[in-house]
Amino acid sequence: MALTPEEVRSIAHLARVGVDDATLTELATDLTTVLELVEQMNSVDTTGVEPMAHPGAAQLRLRADKVSEENQRESLQAPAPSAEAGYFLVPRVIE
Amino acid sequence: MSWEVVIGLEIHAQLATKSKIFSGASTAFGAEPNTQACAVDLGLPGVLPVMNAQAVEMAVKFALATDAQIGRTSVFARKNYFYPDLPKGYQISQMALPIVGEGSVTVAQTDGTEKEVGLTRAHLEEDAGKSVHDQFNDATGVDLNRAGTPLLEIVSEPDMRSSAEAVAYARHIHSLVRYIDICDGNMQEGSFRCDANVSIREKGDTELGTRTEIKNVNSFRFLERAIEFEIERQIDVLESGGTVVQETRLYDADKDETRSMRSKEEANDYRYFPDPDLPPLVVDVTFIESIRATLPELPHVRKARFIEDLGLPTDDAVALTADKRVADFFEATLDDSFKPRKAANWMTGELFARMNKEEVSLSEVPVSAEQVKGMLIRMEDGTISAKIAKQVFDELWAGAESADAVIEAKGLKQISDSGAIETMIDEVLAANPGQVEEYRGGKDKLMSFFVGQVMRASKGKANPAQLNDILKKKLDG
Amino acid sequence: MSADLHTLTLAQMHSALQAGDVSSRELVDHSLKRIEATNPDLNAILQVDVEGAQASADAADASRSAGNAGPLTGIPMAHKDIFCTKRLNTTCGSRMLENFAAPYNATVVDRLNEAGMVMVGKANMDEFAMGSSNENSYFGSVGNPWNKEYVPGGSSGGSAAAVAARMVPAATATDTGGSIRQPAAFCGITGIKPTYGRVSRYGMIAFASSLDQGGVVAATAEDCAMMLHAMSGFDERDSTSADVEVPNFAAGLNESIKGLTIGLPEEYFGDGLEAAVGDAVQAGIKELEALGANVKSISLPNQHLCIPAYYVVAPAEASSNLSRFDGVRFGHRCEDPKDLEDLYKRSRGEGFGPEVIRRIMIGTYTLSAGYYDAYYKKAQQIRRLISDDFDKAFESVDVVLGPTTPSPAFKRGAKTDDPVSMYLNDLYTVSANLSGLPGLSMPCGFVNDMPVGMQLVGRAFDESRILAVAHQFQQATDWHQKMPATV
Ligand SMILES: [Mg+2]
Ligand SMILES: [Zn+2]
Repeated sequence: MALTPEEVRSIAHLARVGVDDATLTELATDLTTVLELVEQMNSVDTTGVEPMAHPGAAQLRLRADKVSEENQRESLQAPAPSAEAGYFLVPRVIE
Repeated sequence: MSWEVVIGLEIHAQLATKSKIFSGASTAFGAEPNTQACAVDLGLPGVLPVMNAQAVEMAVKFALATDAQIGRTSVFARKNYFYPDLPKGYQISQMALPIVGEGSVTVAQTDGTEKEVGLTRAHLEEDAGKSVHDQFNDATGVDLNRAGTPLLEIVSEPDMRSSAEAVAYARHIHSLVRYIDICDGNMQEGSFRCDANVSIREKGDTELGTRTEIKNVNSFRFLERAIEFEIERQIDVLESGGTVVQETRLYDADKDETRSMRSKEEANDYRYFPDPDLPPLVVDVTFIESIRATLPELPHVRKARFIEDLGLPTDDAVALTADKRVADFFEATLDDSFKPRKAANWMTGELFARMNKEEVSLSEVPVSAEQVKGMLIRMEDGTISAKIAKQVFDELWAGAESADAVIEAKGLKQISDSGAIETMIDEVLAANPGQVEEYRGGKDKLMSFFVGQVMRASKGKANPAQLNDILKKKLDG
Repeated sequence: MSADLHTLTLAQMHSALQAGDVSSRELVDHSLKRIEATNPDLNAILQVDVEGAQASADAADASRSAGNAGPLTGIPMAHKDIFCTKRLNTTCGSRMLENFAAPYNATVVDRLNEAGMVMVGKANMDEFAMGSSNENSYFGSVGNPWNKEYVPGGSSGGSAAAVAARMVPAATATDTGGSIRQPAAFCGITGIKPTYGRVSRYGMIAFASSLDQGGVVAATAEDCAMMLHAMSGFDERDSTSADVEVPNFAAGLNESIKGLTIGLPEEYFGDGLEAAVGDAVQAGIKELEALGANVKSISLPNQHLCIPAYYVVAPAEASSNLSRFDGVRFGHRCEDPKDLEDLYKRSRGEGFGPEVIRRIMIGTYTLSAGYYDAYYKKAQQIRRLISDDFDKAFESVDVVLGPTTPSPAFKRGAKTDDPVSMYLNDLYTVSANLSGLPGLSMPCGFVNDMPVGMQLVGRAFDESRILAVAHQFQQATDWHQKMPATV
């Protein structure tokens, strides 16, 4: 299935990745090639096959409801590009 | 044209766990921004979620309380979208296989009837953080303390046909989650949040009309008004030849209206898929049974028992079983020496009035059920009258040890010595010859005057039944 | 000890330390010097921690004097820069994390610290572990120590090149579709990707969570066994960590392979395999037969669907895993974002390189409304079939063997324009990730002077077996002892 640059633009928007028009065209070609590769999957009938999301037959383990984390704001916020008064800052969001 | 309203509710109940759903950070409300957001809650690179057992137990408890199917294998899925208060770029939720499946609740309506409301599902998910828009110049501040707080999202069938039914259902769920102790129900703090899906259709139609989803409703009163507004709006749209657009709408309490939230509409391709960091959640019979053992007697069962076994009137039974602590308190006041109805009367009357006046909840009432029971016993055995009981209760509220201690210390013991009462009556009659004359001349109303005079003379302690009895005999002689 | 200290294997370093022939400080200083001398040509190591390494080495020497030394105490190593470390930045090969100082250590890092190993630096890698040539690193590509005009493989190319050039005796690595085994093969060293769940993923920056697994590259299977033992084991911070006993891998290395049945999937020796690579592998098989193993032809009938399924599953998970890199709480943020959308799009557009963007786009597309069933669900179903194929194979064989890669290392730049031909590097390796099984690559010969590798895949949690087969092969051969001329 061939993707158009317009379709690629909407995927890029969904993924919040900024790409210029030239890249968009390139991506359309690349993604189309990858999708062709991937579509080889259609050569096998998988009716009734249980999808496998995790390797092995693991079950979710549960932890006890205990507060184990102390306030580490200083160290955890240290890598933030913009923070003030304990908040992470982003451009004004209008609601 | 005649319209039918169709309403379904999505309720987000914050589960009352100590720690977050996937991390060991505290869930306590009101901390300084980002002081309760650990590396997992912040979605820092490489960190991983680990599920809180208590949240699973609470979800199962809810399922058991609503006769719902329990998803023996449920799957956590990622709901992908970008927003600053969503640190990982996805919310861990449940989609195809939720932990709670179909169930139902029987909701008491304001007119005294009952209505069964179907539950589609309830699933576990993590809460998002909060954005602050008014504290910084040209910037929004993000506080992720709430991020990762466990939520149970309870989805109803579109079974409600009016705003009143919707509110009755929401109140029912609110009461239930507090009753089984899985949510504190604090709507101001956002612990219990309702979104309403509202649509209308012509009466008789079987297909659903286009619905809108109303968000951001933080009280039952607003829920009712938001739905009312939305019904009117949709009717206007349809009657003027337009079509209702499926969208999310925000309720503005100040303007009492709902308005479109287009910003959230645009990117709603959530790309759900099973979270590869979390294997399937499997709950076995042993686990379910261990939760069942912790389940309290449910409100509707208890209500029926209060009516049938304890002989309470229905409205008292309803009032006393809406809150588990109230019901527990009530039962703890009971004693073989008096009828349960007596305690019920006193609670729904005196206690509730006092709580209203003081604006406190039962947990803040400084009087124990044991103390109330002692007081009720003394009322029953005639030691004190209902009137004196109020005085005793005031003293208990102020910190007195027991009803008996108050009665003893303040000399409040009811006078049931007929000789003493007779003496007081004689004195009152002798002091008011004119009124005696008028009474005997047919002015029956003066009876209460004499009762009042004798009561005053006895400082309220005269046994009212005896007083009435003797007084009547003397006057009618 | 003399200037050839760096040619010692990890096990030999341990013996030398035990014998008192060398101190940890000497080993570490030597490793640091070796990096200084050889890294400018190769770009295998991104950052060096001289001070931290020397302090750890001194501490290791002190604990050895106090009689508290374990098998890894005082031995230098490098971490793939995908593992979060409190010391040094953790970049994941990306501009996005160029300045990211992780506030915590990955579990693997903590465990190797506790075992007394000394981190000398962080190894280069393909950005976010996406790549098979290490040409996708924001910090420049890595040269293959056998010929720096060639790629070292990827994504753990920095780790493999550092070991092949003997800068360090061993390094951590990760493998999502072959990222340990393929570079090990290209660089003429040994690498093991353990069973999914064996090594904690906590603090290891996620590419595709259901496929990612940490492991090790070193000169020999014995070295891999020693280090893997310290890295392995249950971690309560990782919900996919397996609570299963960790055997002492090194102790089982001499378990006889006589009578062992080795399965040779016919699909691994057909179209796509370069003949000379096939010959080297066949020679290796003869060697194992001489050691007493039986070989048996088997079939993995869905093998041809591994790459298609993998290139749906991995990008889908990656597209979601990489959403957290949004310029809000850490990582690259664009200059002067005009609004939130601009912040997201430019920060991510600038912070991620082309291959990462490509995979995010594929993953976003295949998960999007209307395509989920055709792509993602279909891939998960095929994943099941592939996993079932191995289950069936292991009913009659103990180990599955084949080439690690269809061809030896290629020249830098040769495949950068064609993503699909690059993806085919993983032809024989991705099935172990899709199935969660342990896989090991070891050197088995040379083609045009570049090393080639042979892959062993074992049953789940049966790393001991593939390590033993590899060890005994290495006792009988000397491919693993060959070193690049520059060493
Ligand atoms: Mg939800
Ligand atoms: Zn040397």
